Amino acid sequence: MVDVVLRNVTKSFGSTVAVDGMTMTVENGAFVVLLGPSGAGKTTTLCLISGLAHPDSGDILFDGRSVVESSPAQRNVAMVFQSYSLYPHMNVRDNLAFPLRSPILKTPEDEITRKVHEVAEILQITHKLDSKATALSGGEMQRVSIGRALVRDPSIHLMDEPLSSLDAKLRAELRVELKRIQAGLGATLLYVTHDQIEAMTMATDVGVLDNGRLVQFGSPREIYVNPVSLHVARRLGLPRINVLPADLFAGAPSGASTIGLRPEHIQHGEGKPATVVRIEHLGDETRLHLTLDGHSIITLTDVHTELTPGDTVSIRPRNALYFDATGNRIA
Amino acid sequence: MAEILVHNLCKEFGDFVAVQSSSFKVEDGEFFMILGPSGCGKTTTLRMIAGLELPTSGEIYIDGDEVGQMPASRRDIAFVFQLYALYPHMNVRRNISYPLLSQGMRRAQVQEKVAEVARILGIQDILESPVSALSGGDRQRVALGRAIVRNPKCFLMDEPLGALDAEFRAHMSEELRALHNRMGATTVYVTHDQLEAMQMGDKIVVMNHGIIEQFGVPQDIYDKPASMFVADFIGSPPMNFLRFRANVEVGATAVPYRQHRLGMPALHEPLEGDVVYGVRPEHISLSDSAGYRGEIIASEYLGTTQIITLNTENGEVKARISSSQPARVGETVGLEFNGATVTLFDNQSGRALRSELNEGVLSSG
Repeated sequence: MVDVVLRNVTKSFGSTVAVDGMTMTVENGAFVVLLGPSGAGKTTTLCLISGLAHPDSGDILFDGRSVVESSPAQRNVAMVFQSYSLYPHMNVRDNLAFPLRSPILKTPEDEITRKVHEVAEILQITHKLDSKATALSGGEMQRVSIGRALVRDPSIHLMDEPLSSLDAKLRAELRVELKRIQAGLGATLLYVTHDQIEAMTMATDVGVLDNGRLVQFGSPREIYVNPVSLHVARRLGLPRINVLPADLFAGAPSGASTIGLRPEHIQHGEGKPATVVRIEHLGDETRLHLTLDGHSIITLTDVHTELTPGDTVSIRPRNALYFDATGNRIA
Repeated sequence: MAEILVHNLCKEFGDFVAVQSSSFKVEDGEFFMILGPSGCGKTTTLRMIAGLELPTSGEIYIDGDEVGQMPASRRDIAFVFQLYALYPHMNVRRNISYPLLSQGMRRAQVQEKVAEVARILGIQDILESPVSALSGGDRQRVALGRAIVRNPKCFLMDEPLGALDAEFRAHMSEELRALHNRMGATTVYVTHDQLEAMQMGDKIVVMNHGIIEQFGVPQDIYDKPASMFVADFIGSPPMNFLRFRANVEVGATAVPYRQHRLGMPALHEPLEGDVVYGVRPEHISLSDSAGYRGEIIASEYLGTTQIITLNTENGEVKARISSSQPARVGETVGLEFNGATVTLFDNQSGRALRSELNEGVLSSG
């Protein structure tokens, strides 16, 4: 595994700038998640690192050495895609062994057997080694395709939304599993997704992308608690942050145009009166939909709240986030 | 609008029993969810209400009229499918007008109706667009428009948001629920997504293998599951199950396990044998003094809260705690269970034992 550094990397397709002056370091052993909506430049970044695309300008370094002119094979990265793309005519064992049987690697057969078993053990698919790839469930197939990356000893693992085609329950399981595997192996992983839960729960560092630009890079907690802009604040948190005119409440700092309120920024029982529109029971939490001077606000309340639509709740901000007219954080 | 009563409904396909003696009632104006994993019989149930499938036995009443064997065309319902099923060669206006024109309604009246529906759905500005040019969300809105415009007795929806991505789905489910609140039409909605069911439903019926596991309001189903299936299917992460042998009597408020006494609501029925102590992640707290210990093996940061996975003598347990509370992987900590919220299950049958907590819900359901 290596340190991967992007230095001012730009890539355009025609008139669209897909990646715009990106500078980022993925340290050896880190689990970095790039978070952004479709079109933010996530997949292009992976392609630039793997060598499937060539940057227009800027440099990409593996352990301090520029790889911009190296072929994908020389860079030796492992990629996992959203679709499993296993070889359907092979069993799980042969699918896992395939990358090691590459003629360039010349891996001895007993070494292949050892590696395949080790990875199968980690992924808990030992009992499926002799099953045809097509006889597996979706979650098992995705585990095999992750395993196919793990058997190699690549410079870095690049993963492009590998969990997004799985159902919610399996996704939750694999999130924990992937994080555990990565930490156990000390593998370096760059993972792109549009799912904020994946970013928050797995990453050592999250990079938030907006239109090809890296707008913030830091630990999940840092990005959630201290977003640099409205864009970043909106990417994390469920229910979503409430964005309201700053003058709706007293006490906004000068220059503030909007106030951002997460549920933990809303104090109940004092301040301005808001009307309850709807109570949403999600089981483990209950969401309160409020309206205040024509603005709708979603916050959390006691799970078994007695409130009903039409009731009045007084609220005021507490340690809220403030942004200026351009969306930059000012307090 | 309509009240729907399903009584002892059964459907067999050859040897396969898709729906086994289902009974439930959808009140007038309710947003009613049929929830379950694939193959549980939820879509078959919906198709029988619609008249697309005839029941093997049992009755379906819409507003008191038995319609079980009646053709779909005479039931006055509107069906919205997972795939939008729009006419690709027509524009939005013609797609929405079509059901009315084919009924022979006068053009002027059709125009009026379409305008009203377009206003409700906020699609006035795309009425002249070809449907092939629309985004997924707009297509779904048009499909809804075509259902609404007929002013049917009730709406039946089969995973209408299934094809949308997560973020947009959350947005559309809000929109759909708001629309329901404005129109108040009885809606029966099929989904496999527990969060969608909790979020949108006035009532939920949970199905598994063709059988109704539980029927009630969302919070009751979450807090007082009737079976281990329901407890596991609803909630993310699901309810934790601690399995052990025990002998518990009527009135007991704790169950002995090794040196521990695990609290629970007063039991209303006894059990001797394999019990399952069911506790939701948010009802577990970490405390240094607690005797029940576990090693933290993973933590997932979620902003306001975090989910901690612990290795315990009863296997993996997940706790949801405040993200401000420190929890380090590798640490061994004590776990405290909020006994008042616990459900005890019979491991053999998977059924919840009646207790002070769930008596009201289980006996009425």
